[in-house]
Amino acid sequence: MINTMECAVDAQSLISISLMKIHNSRTQRGGIKLHKNLLVSYVLRNARQVYIKEKYAEIYRMQQYEEVMTVCNEIQELNPLDLDAEDADDEEQARAACCGEEASLCGSACHRDAAQPAAHARTASALPGCEEDCKEPEPSYYRSCCMEASPVSHCDQFPANSSAHCNKTTVLDLDTHVVTTVENGYLHQDCCCDALQCGQGAQSPAKKRKVEFGCCVSDVEEVSDFTAARKRAKREDCSYSHPDYTDTSNISNLISIFGSGFSGLLSRQADLEQICSKQVLASLGAWTRAIVAF
Amino acid sequence: MDGDNFSEISCRESLPCRLLLYGRRKRDSPTTSAGISSHSSLARSPREEATNPQLPYLFRPPSTILSSTCHTEADIISTVEFNSSGELLATGDKGGRVVVFQREQESKSQPQRRGEYNVYSTFQSHEPEFDYLKSLEIEEKINKIKWLPQQNAAYFLLSTNDKTVKLWKISERDKRPEGYNLKDEDGRIRNPSTITSLRVPVLQPMDLMVEATARRVFSNAHTYHINSISVNSDLQTFISTDDLRVNLWNLEITDRSFNIVDIKPANMEELTEVITSAEFHPQQCHTFAYSSSKGSIRLCDMRQAALCDKHCKYFEEPEDPSTRSFFSEIISSISDVKFSHNGRYLMTRDYLTVKVWDLQMENKPLETYQVHDYLRGKLCSLYENDCIFDKFECVWNGSDSVIMTGSYNNFFRMFDRNTKRDVTLEASRENSKPRAILKPRKVCVGGKRRKDEISVDSLDFSKKILHTTWHPHENIIAVAATNNLYIFQDKVN
Repeated sequence: MINTMECAVDAQSLISISLMKIHNSRTQRGGIKLHKNLLVSYVLRNARQVYIKEKYAEIYRMQQYEEVMTVCNEIQELNPLDLDAEDADDEEQARAACCGEEASLCGSACHRDAAQPAAHARTASALPGCEEDCKEPEPSYYRSCCMEASPVSHCDQFPANSSAHCNKTTVLDLDTHVVTTVENGYLHQDCCCDALQCGQGAQSPAKKRKVEFGCCVSDVEEVSDFTAARKRAKREDCSYSHPDYTDTSNISNLISIFGSGFSGLLSRQADLEQICSKQVLASLGAWTRAIVAF
Repeated sequence: MDGDNFSEISCRESLPCRLLLYGRRKRDSPTTSAGISSHSSLARSPREEATNPQLPYLFRPPSTILSSTCHTEADIISTVEFNSSGELLATGDKGGRVVVFQREQESKSQPQRRGEYNVYSTFQSHEPEFDYLKSLEIEEKINKIKWLPQQNAAYFLLSTNDKTVKLWKISERDKRPEGYNLKDEDGRIRNPSTITSLRVPVLQPMDLMVEATARRVFSNAHTYHINSISVNSDLQTFISTDDLRVNLWNLEITDRSFNIVDIKPANMEELTEVITSAEFHPQQCHTFAYSSSKGSIRLCDMRQAALCDKHCKYFEEPEDPSTRSFFSEIISSISDVKFSHNGRYLMTRDYLTVKVWDLQMENKPLETYQVHDYLRGKLCSLYENDCIFDKFECVWNGSDSVIMTGSYNNFFRMFDRNTKRDVTLEASRENSKPRAILKPRKVCVGGKRRKDEISVDSLDFSKKILHTTWHPHENIIAVAATNNLYIFQDKVN
C-alpha cells in the first residue's frame, strides 16, 4: 500500500514527470543510464497503481449505488443464505468489476493522454476518460469477476455491433477539464471477454484467481515486478492497432530506451500473463499515443 | 579526532580542524583562495608545466550547460581517493583529468606547513569517445580512482570512466642523462665527422619532474556503465563493475577479463535490479561484495564457482510497509558499499541513511544512521529536480570507529559508532577561514528556528557532497564540493 499522503504531487503528474525523464534520458550525453531509468520505471509503476486504484474506487462507488438499489430490491424476496441471491450479488459485483476495469482502463488512458500534452490534440477527443477521485476498492470485488461466468451475460447487454460500443461513459478531458459523455466500446468489449477467459481458464484456488484478476487490472507488475512495466511498453508497439500508431521510428526508439527487443515477448509469458495481456493491451492505447508523441 | 576525542570535541561544539582549501583550476583564470600560500602551486606548478602543460579546451557538445558560477562543468570533481599510505590524494573530474596531491614532508624550518597537500601531478586520464556502433558518446568523466599499494618508487593508480579502466604510473624523475655522443643537448643529431672522442653519458640532477604514463588500458569489457573498481588484496587482480556484470582482471593482462557475476536476465524486460557497487574484501582475496538497486548486498566467494551468481551471504533489511511511498525503490537503492578496514563490517549508503552491517548477520544491519531524514517529506520535489538520484559515498576512518558521508548544502555528516554522537559540518569558503575550527551545523526541521540553524527549505540542493575520503591512519579528510576540494585535518599546530 503506497502512502500517497506525503506526496505533494499526485499520481498523474508523477507519471508525466517520469515519462519526461525517460524521454530526456535518450538525449543525455553518455547514453541511456540503465539504473536511473529502472528507478524511474518503478515510480511509474507505483504511480500507475495508485492512479488505477483511485479510478476503480471511483467507478465502483458510482456503480455501487445503482446496483445496491437493484440488489436490495431483489434480495428482499430471497433468503439471505439462498445461493441465487449470492449469485446475483456476485453478478452485480462482477459487472461492477467489468465496468470498473473499463473505467480504470479509460482512466489510465485518459490520464496518460493528459500526461502528454503534445499528444492531446489528436487523442483527447477519442479517448474516454473518467473523473478523478480517491477511494480504495474492496478485494472481494476482484475475485468475483474471475470466478463467475456471468460476465458473459453482461456482454450481451451491450449493443453488439462490430465496433462493440457499449454504455456511454462520462469523460473528463484532463487537459481542458471538460466533462463530456462519450461512447466507449473497444476497451470494454475486450475486458468482458477476457474476464470470461479468466473465469473459464482459471485454476481452482480462489486466491490465485484473485491474484490473476488483480494482475489483469492494475497489479500486473506485482506479479512480474518490473517486467510488466517494460512489457507494456513493448506490447503497445507490437500489438496495438490504432490507426494513428504507425510511426516505426518511435517504436524502435522506445525499444532502445529499455534496451531490449520484443521478440518472443508474448510467447514466453506465463498463462497468467497471457490472460492479462489482452486487457493490459487495451489499456495501453493511451500509453502508445503518449509515447508516440515523443 | 580518534574515537576517544570525538565526543569531547562535539560537546565543545568545535572540531579542531585546520582548513586547507584548494580550488579547482579554471580554464582561464587561476582560482583563488584566501590565505593559503601553497595554493599557487595548484594553478601553475613549474614541474607540472614541464611534463603536462595544460591541455587546450576540449570540445563540448552543445548539450553541456555551463553553470552560472564561474566554473565549468568539466571541473566538477567526480571522485577522491587517498592512497594506502595517505601520502597521496587523487581527484578525478568530469573533464577526465586526474589531479594528484602529495603531502608535504615535515620540515623544521616551516612547521606550520606540515602536512599540507600540494599538487604533485596532473594528467588527462580519459578523453571523450564515440562508440560508432551504438551511436553513443562515452563520457570522459572519471567515475572512480583506486590506488595500488606502493611496491617501488613509482605510484600506480587505476582510473575508470564509463567504459575503460586505465592503469597509470606516476613516477619522478630528478636526473637525466647528459653527454651523449651522437646527439647534443638539444637532441639534434650531431654530425659524425665532428665527433673526435667518446664519452660516457652521466646522470646529472635536474628539476624534479613528475610524469604520468598509461601503462595498461583495460577496455571493451563492459556493455553498461562502469560504476566501481576495486583492487584485490592479492595485488594482482581487480574487479570492474557495471550495472549488470562484474569482471575480474589481471593487472598484467589487458586483452582478457573474466566475468564473475552476471545478473542480466535472459529477457531484459524481467530486469528488476542492477548492481550499484562492488568491492573486494580488504584481507580475503577470494571474497567480494556487491550492492544492488534494491537495497541488498551479496557477499560472494570466488572459490565456490567460476561464476559467482550464487551468493554465499545475502544482506537485506525487510522494508517497513508503513513508510512505503512512490519513491521507496529509489531511496532504498544503495549508492555505495565499503568494507571496514578490519574486514568485519560492511557499510552501505542509500539515499537517506547509512547502515553498518555485521558480516555475520544477514537479516538486518547492525547500525542505521539517519543522514538527512528531514528530506523524507520532500522526496517529490527531489524527484522532480533529479536530486533523488544523487549517489552519495560513505567512508570509514582508519580505526573503523567513525563513519562519514555527504549531504546537501555542502554539509557532510560524521557518526561516531561508539558514542553514537553525530555532527554536521559544512564545507564552504564563506563559513570557514583557514586554520579555523569547523563549527557544527544544524538543520531545523520545523517549529522554531534557532539563530544558527538552517531551515530545510533554505538548503541549497545544487551544493552536494557526494565524494569524500578519509586518510587511512590519521584524521585527515578530503571532501569534494562541486569543483572545490576541501582538506580538513584535526591537528592544530
